[in-house]
Amino acid sequence: MNWHKKIERNVVLLGALTLVTVSIGGIVEIVPTFTIETTVEEVEGVRPYSPLELAGRQVYIQEGCYNCHSQQIRTFRDEVERYGHYSLAAESMYDHPFQWGSKRTGPDLARVGGKFSNEWQIEHLIDPRALVPESIMPAYPHLAARQLNFDAEAHLRANVAVGVPYTDEMVANARADLRAQANPDADHEGLLERYPKVEIDAFTGRAEITQMDALVAYLQILGRMVDFAEYGTEDLIQ
Amino acid sequence: MAQGATATAETADSRTRYCEETLRLFVIITMIWGIAAFALGVLIAFQLAFPVMNLGFAETTFGRLRPLHTSAAIFGFGGNALIVTSLHVVQRTCKARLVGGEEGAMFLLLGYNAFLLMAGVGYMFGITQSKEYAEPEWFASIWLTIVWVVYLIIFMGTVMKREEPHIYVANWFFLAFIITIAMLHIVNNLAVPVSIYGSFSYSLFSGVQSAIIQWWYGHNAVGFFLTAGFLGMMYYYIPKRAQRPVYSYRLSIIHFWALIFLYIWAGPHHLHYTSLPDWTQTLGMVFSIMLWMPSWGGMINGIMTLSGAWDKLRTDPVLRFLVVSVAFYGIATFEGPVMSIRSVNALSHYTDWTVGHVHSGALGWVAFVTFGALYFLVPYLWNRKELYSLKLVNYHFWIATIGIVLYITAMWISGIMQGLMWRSYDELGFLQYSFVETVEAMHPFYVIRAMGGVLFLIGALMMAYNLVRTIRGDVRQEEAVRPMATATRPAG
Repeated sequence: MNWHKKIERNVVLLGALTLVTVSIGGIVEIVPTFTIETTVEEVEGVRPYSPLELAGRQVYIQEGCYNCHSQQIRTFRDEVERYGHYSLAAESMYDHPFQWGSKRTGPDLARVGGKFSNEWQIEHLIDPRALVPESIMPAYPHLAARQLNFDAEAHLRANVAVGVPYTDEMVANARADLRAQANPDADHEGLLERYPKVEIDAFTGRAEITQMDALVAYLQILGRMVDFAEYGTEDLIQ
Repeated sequence: MAQGATATAETADSRTRYCEETLRLFVIITMIWGIAAFALGVLIAFQLAFPVMNLGFAETTFGRLRPLHTSAAIFGFGGNALIVTSLHVVQRTCKARLVGGEEGAMFLLLGYNAFLLMAGVGYMFGITQSKEYAEPEWFASIWLTIVWVVYLIIFMGTVMKREEPHIYVANWFFLAFIITIAMLHIVNNLAVPVSIYGSFSYSLFSGVQSAIIQWWYGHNAVGFFLTAGFLGMMYYYIPKRAQRPVYSYRLSIIHFWALIFLYIWAGPHHLHYTSLPDWTQTLGMVFSIMLWMPSWGGMINGIMTLSGAWDKLRTDPVLRFLVVSVAFYGIATFEGPVMSIRSVNALSHYTDWTVGHVHSGALGWVAFVTFGALYFLVPYLWNRKELYSLKLVNYHFWIATIGIVLYITAMWISGIMQGLMWRSYDELGFLQYSFVETVEAMHPFYVIRAMGGVLFLIGALMMAYNLVRTIRGDVRQEEAVRPMATATRPAG
């Protein structure tokens, strides 16, 4: 072990060799996920979040929902039967960062969109045990009472900066789109064109848009962007 | 190799040579974070058993408190313990005064703990990046980067000033911990803030790439923060307390390089069967299994250091904390590779088994080795001849051990049970259990787990009392007052 004497007598050498040693694994595993094209499948339908959905995603993060709910359905028969088609990499390609989670204290939410009505979601978030007596989820009545404070245009711009393909038109209409999605009486033509399948509703029905409205709009789009009737397993295997 | 660890007896002269004033404050704040982290853990454990414990405030819901618990434990308790022990060990083993002196150490103390407060208070008000163990938002992350660079300068500078020709093995591990955490922290936190006046930011990475980078970070926060750093602690305090040289110099070289090389690859085992490409998952699994060997190399080196001094385990509960911590390290680093095997992970992932695994490492290894180091450090830093009560240390050891056993076994049962329930089919070929039925089934184990946490917390409170009395200079009378080496009966 004489060769090691040189290293353990020179802290700069020791530190430099340490940095080299700990860099290798990360480089080999991470860099190819950016360069190999098949890492993310090419599927139709995945689009950036609408402004209200994006605001809801922020509420989801602020409340720490990811601590108990995954958004990643694994390739098992029981998971596919329980939650729906296994998750595709493409489905979270606009999530900065991902919300796959690591623990299912509650069920997976990757395809919760459309499974329950907006009324059910709101009631359940306000008082989970009123609808599911055995639930251990915290109650979130404050979300329905708190006005949404969200500068949609600034958020879209920040997303553009990290590579989400929001168009100039989307950014310019961000604030109007945010309001239109929570107002059933508004003109939705542009909104639906920019963000197909958005959930348009009054949600809680408060005069001002609440955090609850945004969160439910977000939950309702989860897993609904890709139409799996159009794809067989062969199309998705990379 | 053990020349540093079996340093000769103190002289009054050497006391003034080193910076140890600020280290006292570090010790106190480590203990405070520890108790806060354990108490928060108990609270959120009860929240899972009884939802009413969410207390009806947005700020005290499980989703906001859980990151506060993990950060208080890992970065508050663990981080302060790592900084104080590394600053103590580096001076002693290099026979050099800290670069930056007391002021430098004070900057670290204030700077690092300001970061923790910024981060922790933020979580309660919903300010988080949503990346596990990397929740602090961009402004706190930048501040931590500055503090960390100062830490690296102080540590490396002190090593450079050393009078000993060799750099002692504990310092290799501390150095690897500081350098690697810097690398992980910077890459994983690259983000664009929405506004320079606002807290929210968007990560530079998305989807599958953000997942692999986050778990490259997350698993190596375990590997370098909670393992390499604490191995540095082990390599000083065990030989010092046992007054024996480190078992094998060759082994320490081999397992050091193997450990730091292999650990970095293990992250993808957090993403088995997900949208992450298969080849990455397989690499992560293979390296996780290989990691078993260097992990046990460290365990063997720590435990076998007691060769010729095994009797001290009977008489010295402080040494027992240190040695049992290494045994827990061995258990956790065996269980980890098993859980990284894809077919095992298919069952364990997303369940409480993972939570139990983490806690066997965090409570059994990280907390126990820290308790041992603090019981060693406090009489040392305050110039007390001995601890207030070794008997109390003994009680602490047993109550904490029982707490851990309750915790781990409850999580094994609830995790494996839930995993099996999720995948079970009835005779007609339908899924047998709804999700909420699996939640209901876990209730008794959540109560047991919380009780385990209560025991662990009580132990820590006993420790705080013991240390405060030691600092005041009290010695409990019914305790036999004699040097450990000549004790002939088990303490307590």
